[in-house]
Amino acid sequence: MEFFERFAVPHPSPAIYASMVAIGLTVIAIVAGLTYFKKWGYLWREWLTTVDHKRLGIMYLLCALIMLFRGGVDAIMLRAQLAVPDNKLLDSQHYNEVFSTHGVVMIMFMAMPFIIGFMNYIVPLQIGARDVAFPRLNAISFWLFFMGAMLFNISFVVGGSPDAGWTSYFPLASNDFSTSVGTNYYMLSLQIAGLGTLMTGINMITTIMKMRAPGMTLMKMPMFTWSTLVANLIIITVFPVLTVALAMGTMDRLFGTNFFTTTNGGMDMMWANLFWVWGHPEVYILILPAFGLYSEIISTFSSRNLYGYKSMVASMVIISALSCLVWAHHFFTMGQGALANSFFSITTMAIAVPTGVKIFNWLFTMWKGKIRFTVPMLYSIGFIPLFTIGGVTGVMLAMSAADYQYHNTMFLVAHFHNTIIPGVVFAMLAGLTYYWPKMFGFMLNERIGKWTFWLLSIGFVLAFFPMYITGLDGQARRMYTYSEATGYSTLNMVSFVGAGIMAVAFALIVYNVYYSVRYASRNISSDPWDARTLEWATHTPVPEYNFAVVPQVKTSEPLWDAKKRKHVLFPGKLNKIHMPNNSGVPFILGTIFFVWGFSFVFAIWPLVIISTIGIFTCLAFRSFEKDHGRYISLEEVTETEEKLGGAK
Amino acid sequence: MKAGHAQPLEYSTHQNDLNIFGFWVFLGAEIMLFATLFTTYFVYEGRTGTGPSGAEMFEITPVLIETIVLLTSSFLIGLGVHAMRLGNKKATMAFFALTLALGLVFLGVEIYEFAHYVHIGAGIQISAFTAILMTTLGTHGMHVTFGLFWGTAILIQLKKRGLTPETANKSFIFSLYWHFLDVVWIFIFSFIYLKGMM
Repeated sequence: MEFFERFAVPHPSPAIYASMVAIGLTVIAIVAGLTYFKKWGYLWREWLTTVDHKRLGIMYLLCALIMLFRGGVDAIMLRAQLAVPDNKLLDSQHYNEVFSTHGVVMIMFMAMPFIIGFMNYIVPLQIGARDVAFPRLNAISFWLFFMGAMLFNISFVVGGSPDAGWTSYFPLASNDFSTSVGTNYYMLSLQIAGLGTLMTGINMITTIMKMRAPGMTLMKMPMFTWSTLVANLIIITVFPVLTVALAMGTMDRLFGTNFFTTTNGGMDMMWANLFWVWGHPEVYILILPAFGLYSEIISTFSSRNLYGYKSMVASMVIISALSCLVWAHHFFTMGQGALANSFFSITTMAIAVPTGVKIFNWLFTMWKGKIRFTVPMLYSIGFIPLFTIGGVTGVMLAMSAADYQYHNTMFLVAHFHNTIIPGVVFAMLAGLTYYWPKMFGFMLNERIGKWTFWLLSIGFVLAFFPMYITGLDGQARRMYTYSEATGYSTLNMVSFVGAGIMAVAFALIVYNVYYSVRYASRNISSDPWDARTLEWATHTPVPEYNFAVVPQVKTSEPLWDAKKRKHVLFPGKLNKIHMPNNSGVPFILGTIFFVWGFSFVFAIWPLVIISTIGIFTCLAFRSFEKDHGRYISLEEVTETEEKLGGAK
Repeated sequence: MKAGHAQPLEYSTHQNDLNIFGFWVFLGAEIMLFATLFTTYFVYEGRTGTGPSGAEMFEITPVLIETIVLLTSSFLIGLGVHAMRLGNKKATMAFFALTLALGLVFLGVEIYEFAHYVHIGAGIQISAFTAILMTTLGTHGMHVTFGLFWGTAILIQLKKRGLTPETANKSFIFSLYWHFLDVVWIFIFSFIYLKGMM
């Protein structure tokens, strides 16, 4: 019995039992549906075994949207708990688990797959490539991310969720203070997903450096591709640090080592340092591609080329370098001395300079442009003032002396949501609306989209601006309750209302998808926004080989050249095309990694050994496999091209 | 580098070129991995708690054997790649096999070393210092172990398929990996063992 008791949730509540039933019913419904409609084969052939960067990108985006709702439910629970003083909705343990999973899910399993999904979908199209450099590895990346996310998400129904915050500081995250297996889940699931991200980094850098269309020099790459390159360089630099930190944390919890303990030489602050050496650049991994998307969108809808291309590139490179030199600003109050604090203060404030350059470049791009107020453009325009407020409060936080007042208060919570939501989430929704027609062949409804934008913006302001005030007034973050006498109740209620409005906005996105699937016109051109870069030069829907003829590039806006300056984009002739084969190995490998992670969480060593052997078997299979890809014949290419409306 | 017939076999296709470039990027990530371990090691170097310090634990003999064996293996795999460029399959395989054999010797000595540490009461749980020492050495050792499996798989393919663009590419990439492990070992030898014994 003792063996099975470990899998029980340590702090059960009706909500958790309800979730268990809901998960069970959903799984049954999916299995029954797939069987009834005889879709198992389709699912396996077209999606689970695919190595196509476009399909993998779409799967990343789908997972990100699902995780957005999973993390969003957490957020609503947090705000509901704090809406009134001395609330009894959640107890302290439950509240700890909810804010921990909210943070991890939103950063690692929502924002990361969102941007990686866009990188996957857009980058090969933007540089005129047929796929990424290593399509099979790309599929492995996706399945590792997916299985990491699944492993994290089953924690709250099997064994208990992590409860030490998304930063998982030691000694709080040690066995002494975090007694359930929750933190094991944290360590292992991030390890598996992080491995996938690292492989994405290798893949994207190789793709961008080696597979650009003829004529596209580095300084003629579209801005999103540039941002992807820089973000992936950061990934290569800092994800190994996370790998090491997580491995040490796992060993502390499972093997009784003394890395982050307070005895036998251990040092708990080492975790905080290692975590933030990864964690701070991580937020730039998220925001730089978001900046890239805004650059594409603002340029398209202002009908102008991007202002200050070179300074845009330079500022991103400078941001990426500075991002690795600021990590200690997350713990100014933890006693590393005035000199170290001053250094990290200055580097942190310095980041505002290149970011400011970017803000002005976007403004100057719009200056005298013919602005079209579409949904993606609304998000981009909303982003500029809101994100600037987040940036300014960031500079306030960067002053180490003043930080003693802000540290661990709601002011900080307001600040980082103020950068992440208008920065990253707005960019993701803008990008989703912008690229939706390329992905699915119809546009999302503009009217519902505009409602979503306004509700989301108003909800955001109502939800987070009050936290600046309560934070300055001393309301601590991560506290599950407060007393009436503090006077925080009115503003917290406003926050709750704001969170509710945001929830309505997110629900509207789902409704918009449903509405557009039913009513939107399928008769759209391959370039519905009158855009400027290569991804809009190919057909909609995009054929699996992307471009039948490899495009020629002269400037950073090849499609614009083709439309306005009689540039010949596709000078070559049709030919047979070499493509990679699908493979089931990435999915199987991911599944084995899931078993490996799960058995590691519960220290079931025989299963760990068996699954490790399984992983090696998959690798050996791949090594010995003879797979030279396949050719799409000239006849087939010609036929597809004609069906899609003439060769391009 | 552009793909073409003037290139060595391992660079001769576009995919080969991509593989080698991608592997260099991977090695960049590996450098960060070991850099993190070394940094943590330097922080924890003096934090021995009630356990022994490096000076009390390290013995020069096994470390010297490990160093000589690994450095020689790195030289041999270099000869292996040279033989591969000359198109001599037999010599390539022989040098690769010798490399792996020396890798196995290295691993044997390292396992002895770990057993010795545990025996003298310096197991991984004793202090922050022993934990980071064994994690750093162990991460390198696990890379060598993985390399033994990987190298064996390549050796089998060389035997079965001969020197093709694919097998040459794999062998070359494996040699990069093996040289990298050697470089890491030089850092371990200098900054962990020698520094610890001084």
